Amino acid sequence: MSMMKRMSMIFRAKANKALDRAEDPRETLDYSYQRQLELLANVRRGVADVATSRKRVELQVTQLEQQAAKLQGQAEKALQMDREDLAREALTRKSGLAQQISDLQAQHAQLQGEEEKLVLAQQRLQAKVEAFRTRKETIKATYTAAEAQTRINEAVSGIGEEMGDVGLAVQRAEDKTAQMQARAGAIDELIASGALDDVTGGGPSDDISRELESMSHQSDVELELARLKGLSAPQAPGQLGAAEPGAADPLAKQTEGETPR
Amino acid sequence: MSDGLIVRILGEGQYDVAATALDRLNELDAAVESAVAAGDEESFRPALLALLDGVRTVGVPHAADALDESDLILPHGESSLDEVRDLLADDGLIPG
Repeated sequence: MSMMKRMSMIFRAKANKALDRAEDPRETLDYSYQRQLELLANVRRGVADVATSRKRVELQVTQLEQQAAKLQGQAEKALQMDREDLAREALTRKSGLAQQISDLQAQHAQLQGEEEKLVLAQQRLQAKVEAFRTRKETIKATYTAAEAQTRINEAVSGIGEEMGDVGLAVQRAEDKTAQMQARAGAIDELIASGALDDVTGGGPSDDISRELESMSHQSDVELELARLKGLSAPQAPGQLGAAEPGAADPLAKQTEGETPR
Repeated sequence: MSDGLIVRILGEGQYDVAATALDRLNELDAAVESAVAAGDEESFRPALLALLDGVRTVGVPHAADALDESDLILPHGESSLDEVRDLLADDGLIPG
């Protein structure tokens, strides 16, 4: 027997077994409808869970991208200050982040695909449930008890298959989402532990920032000192001749109380 | 559908397939089945995808609000060989 045929037989047997027949055919209809509404609610929850995971991954990507941009800025600043070692360190960390970002983007795409499929499954089931409700009322109103059993069987097995299928889809989405959640949690932990050099918490808390910060404090101090010494700039190697002794310092040009014209 | 079949692809819904297209689908089905029987991962995936594509190509989506049982049911394209084997081995499928 072909795979298609075997799968159908097995699947349908199970889908129908899930809808155990009640004593009274009419009860079967109501019971089945109840089950459908439960499953629909379950599908909606599934869609919401996947959406939550997707948004979380989006947020993490944004956080990591901010960090990468910050490291880029630090590298530039470090180079301006002639600190190639710091610049190299910043760029190394940035390339580590790039890998994390692209992994997360792949996860995001997967979750989005899962979400879309689940939304479609929800729509399919919704349409079937609507149809079943109409059918149910028609059967109750139109057919004699003897006839009704046949109609009920048709309607119930028709929807049982859809329920089995959508139930499987929800299960798969839940499994995938759980895996993603675990991975997303690991990224959160890395960010929290500082292993990814979390600098999103405001303020320069990482070592590169601190070093750059203290360097600019130093150069501020040097500038201030230079001013106090009456020089226009701190002496630096390779600078063309220092200012001539006695040459007027631009800072000293204005004597107090004099209004410039 | 009088001279056609309703085929369900799990996770995708039902398609109406004309009876005339069945011979071709059966060939594709046989390829999947032998891959499953042989436990041949490598030829299983393309064979399964070819079968599903075949159904999508020759079939038209079945009315969403119709309560009809399918004549044939197929696994979804991402199914692993093991999953399909489980489906066929009569366990691992709990609807709803």
